[in-house]
Amino acid sequence: MPAVALFVTCVVDQLAPEVGVGAVRLLEAAGATVEFPRAQTCCGQPACNAGEPEAATRLARHFLDVFEPFDAVVAPSGSCVAMVHHWYPRLVPDRDASRARALAAKTFELTDYLVAQLGVEDVGARVDGTVTVHDACHGLRFLGVRDAPRRLLTAAGAQIVEMEEPETCCGFGGTFSVGHGEIAGPLADDKLGHAAASGADWLVSGDAACLLHLEGRRRRTGIGPTPVHVADLLAGGLAS
Amino acid sequence: MSHEVITPGDTLAARAASAVADVELQHALRNLDRRLFTARTVEESFPHLKARAAALRRETLADLPAWIDRTERVLDGLGVHVHRAATPEAARRIIVEIARTEGLTRAVKSKSMATEEIDLADALTAAGIETVETDLGEYIVQVAGERPSHMIVPAIHKTLAQVAEVLQTRADGPLPVEHEAITAWARDHLRARFLAADLGITGGNFVAADTGTLVLVTNEGNGDLCTIIPRVQVAVVPVEKVISRFSDLATLLPLLTMSATGQRISNYVTMINGPRRAGEIDGPEVLHVVLLDHGRLRLVGTAYEDMLACIRCGACLNVCPVFRRISGHAYDAVYSGPMGKVLTPLLSLDGTEGRDLPGASTLCGACTEACPVEIPLADLLVRLRTDLRSPGPVDPLAAEVGAEPPAGHDRQPGEGFGSRVLDSPLVSRRPARHVRSTAFDTWARLWATPSGYARSTRLARLGARVGARRGTKHWIRARVPGLGGWTATRDAPAPAARSFRDRWDARADGREHW
Repeated sequence: MPAVALFVTCVVDQLAPEVGVGAVRLLEAAGATVEFPRAQTCCGQPACNAGEPEAATRLARHFLDVFEPFDAVVAPSGSCVAMVHHWYPRLVPDRDASRARALAAKTFELTDYLVAQLGVEDVGARVDGTVTVHDACHGLRFLGVRDAPRRLLTAAGAQIVEMEEPETCCGFGGTFSVGHGEIAGPLADDKLGHAAASGADWLVSGDAACLLHLEGRRRRTGIGPTPVHVADLLAGGLAS
Repeated sequence: MSHEVITPGDTLAARAASAVADVELQHALRNLDRRLFTARTVEESFPHLKARAAALRRETLADLPAWIDRTERVLDGLGVHVHRAATPEAARRIIVEIARTEGLTRAVKSKSMATEEIDLADALTAAGIETVETDLGEYIVQVAGERPSHMIVPAIHKTLAQVAEVLQTRADGPLPVEHEAITAWARDHLRARFLAADLGITGGNFVAADTGTLVLVTNEGNGDLCTIIPRVQVAVVPVEKVISRFSDLATLLPLLTMSATGQRISNYVTMINGPRRAGEIDGPEVLHVVLLDHGRLRLVGTAYEDMLACIRCGACLNVCPVFRRISGHAYDAVYSGPMGKVLTPLLSLDGTEGRDLPGASTLCGACTEACPVEIPLADLLVRLRTDLRSPGPVDPLAAEVGAEPPAGHDRQPGEGFGSRVLDSPLVSRRPARHVRSTAFDTWARLWATPSGYARSTRLARLGARVGARRGTKHWIRARVPGLGGWTATRDAPAPAARSFRDRWDARADGREHW
């Protein structure tokens, strides 16, 4: 059985633990053995994107130390995995850059790992209803994650109804969502509006931070289907 | 600056809020939605084409000063008067002086971002030279006393009714709110200006170093008229518009039009090889080319060199979720959208302009993806956030100039391309001693240890646990210090009553079953 280390992400650990529970259940349902390295914290992306590479590097080094021993690292976030792939080799210099590249090569987004690495589309979950998928930016553009969540959902029996502009940003953007709430809010409205127009029961995505931003907006406006993480939705459809 | 401020606000955030609240603007901006194509949908081979174009641009940039010298020599040989302007002020002075020396009084102008950058129309008007924009969109914003809000579609921020209202002031009778009628009126109205003009002002989309060919890409034919009717033509060409070979146009020209408007080629492509020669029936008798630097050459060899590859297609604006909501004026800069967020601070020689622009991005990467010359726009924004982080005016290049180029990336002309920003290290280029850096540093030190992470998250959860029931998620509506920007438009999630790791431990102990 393949063994994977779960990088649950700080957002999921602290704000959306059910997504981590879902990720573990899906990985186990797909036949993997999951380990959770207790020393893990955050990938450092908030600092990197804010323009604070020194702070980001400190966390990148910690991440390297924690996850280097494992054969595979899986996270329920395309954005955090993209951080490892795209930025780590540039944050840690010289000798450590090759360590970072080696780590990136075995660090995977959850749905991508299930479908492309384990070759599992049917995890044994049953999802009734219609879903529309928001392609979270970093998973899509840095990692090429597009089909994997759709395949998993389709195999679970969900009907996918594509919304307008599934690949357009939801407006989260990390520190942007605090520094520019005046734009982030309307961008969430655009995404929720498109999702509502699709008629789907669920607005599914692979990044908890985007979903918390969308749900936070939806709680103000009442518009749009319920945002839910793909791991949470699928795991909810597993026989318990 | 004589331009009317139409999106009020002292800060970018305030202007963005005004733009979002402007109902007519939001209505007009829906016209941008149909520009949400990528060149890939026009041309299947776009990925190959853009890789080729990116290589061509990098080849020229790697040795830009030499290519500029060569261009100057070739233009000189064609009888073109070549001027080099280090600053917008110098460029204005040169052009006003040309007009005075030649005794010119009536100028027609084709669309050019470089002339916007140097505020040329205002300078000519102030010098007593009647200057009329002849691109319809540019004409609309000129009459309105504004500046273009989009480099390809300058008046995209206006509804048709607003356009009719603006142009009304120049028409004899009322103008119908109808595309064709307004266009027909403008054609007539502008034709008289073309015929009377003695000075034609243009930009230059490309200038070929081997043949000295100046290339103008337009859709309305106004660029043609600006170059064939007036006795004198002045082309303002930023230095990075130099391309190494005329034959490079085979790649760059279709890529520009595909990315700009979805056309395989524009309605007009004007190619000018020097002033009118004996026996030729049209073209300017006198042709001046003003090569504008304005801080560009100092980007060569830095991590920001890639920005000089830009061919001003506007694709990054069209796909940018932020631009599509706030439009160009909110940026309060000549260049807007993702490329403007990068270029504006880089061109600010005194380090004061565009400082808050790089922060106004979700870093979604749609711009990087759309760019036909593979400029890593989102990465450059991240780098600028670092290089601009010190309070007060700061030269973003301070940490870049003199920095060692990354090992193995000393490129020779013709060697092909490699993005410097992708390979140059991000850290330790400048000591950080301001509030934001200190805050992130403290946070990172805490979270680089499991115990620090545990302590700080426990503290955060304590607050949220008040009144919380186990296992439920709670949302914060009230303004929280430091989170005001979030809670102004959205509820904020409170830390979960039990973290994932608590639940993992509970499962391991058999207290919880998943």
